[in-house]
Amino acid sequence: MTHIALATAATAGMIGSIVLTATAGDILTASAMRQVGDLDLVRARKGLVGAAAAVITNARFGLGVLCLALSFFALLFAFSHRDLSLIGPAATSLTFVTNALAAKFFLKENVDRRRWTAAIFVCIGVALLAY
Amino acid sequence: MTFRRYLVLGAVTLTSSCGDTFLSRGMKSLAPVPLTHPAALIHAIFSPWIAAGIVLLIGFFASYMASLSWADLTWVLPASSLGYVIMTLLARFWLHEHVSSSRWLGVLFITAGVGFVTRGPSYTDHAASHESPPHGTCNECHATAASEARAGVRS
Repeated sequence: MTHIALATAATAGMIGSIVLTATAGDILTASAMRQVGDLDLVRARKGLVGAAAAVITNARFGLGVLCLALSFFALLFAFSHRDLSLIGPAATSLTFVTNALAAKFFLKENVDRRRWTAAIFVCIGVALLAY
Repeated sequence: MTFRRYLVLGAVTLTSSCGDTFLSRGMKSLAPVPLTHPAALIHAIFSPWIAAGIVLLIGFFASYMASLSWADLTWVLPASSLGYVIMTLLARFWLHEHVSSSRWLGVLFITAGVGFVTRGPSYTDHAASHESPPHGTCNECHATAASEARAGVRS
C-alpha cells in the first residue's frame, strides 16, 4: 500500500471513529431522554433536583455521555494530525446522515422525506462551510 | 409545538453558537497552546471569555437534553443547526473573519434545511403510529395531529 493510500485510510479511520462515537452518543442520550420523559412534567412532579437526578442516574445517559466524551477526544486526536477545515465539516456533516439512519432504526423515529431533505441540506451546508 | 418549546430551541441554537464563538475569542487572545504542553489548557479555562463560553455550553447541553425529552433527534439536530448560521455571522461581524462566498452558500443550505424540518411534526408518537390513520388523512398529517394533541395536553 502506498504512503498516500495509508494516509487516506488513516484520515477515513479518524473521521469514522468520530462519526461512530458521536452517533452512538447522540442516539443513547436521545433514547435516555425518551425514557425519562418530558422534562417539564418530570420537573413539575419531582422538582428541578429530582429532574436532574432522573437524567443523571439514567444508564443510557451515562453511556451516551461517555460516547460523546470519546468522540470529543477522537476529534482532538484528529485535529492534531489533520486540518480543522477537513475534519470539522466532514465529521459534522456525516454525523447528520448517520444520526438520521440510526434514529430511524434504533429510535424508530418517523424519518420522512422532509427530514431526509433537511439532513442532506444541512450536511451539504456544513461541508460548504469548509471552503 | 408551543411558544415555550420554540424558546428552548432558540436557547439550544444561541448558546451553542455564542459558546463556540466565545471559546474562539478566548483562545485567540491567548498564546498558542502547543500539543506538548496540554496543561496550558487548564489556565485557559480561567480566561473570562473561555469561562463564559463554557457556561454557555453547559446551558446548551441542558436545553438540548430538555428538547430531546419532547422532540425527535432527527428534528432537533437540523432545527438547531441555525446555530451554524449565527456562528458564521458572529465570526464575520464580531471576530472580523473572512467568510467566503461558498460559506455563505453553506449558510443558505443550512437555513433551507432548517426551514424544511421545522414545518413538519417534531415528535414520533409511537402509540399513535400503531393505530391506523383516520380515513382521508395521510400518515404525516396524522403524526402532526397526534404530536400537536400531545403538546396541547402537556402545555
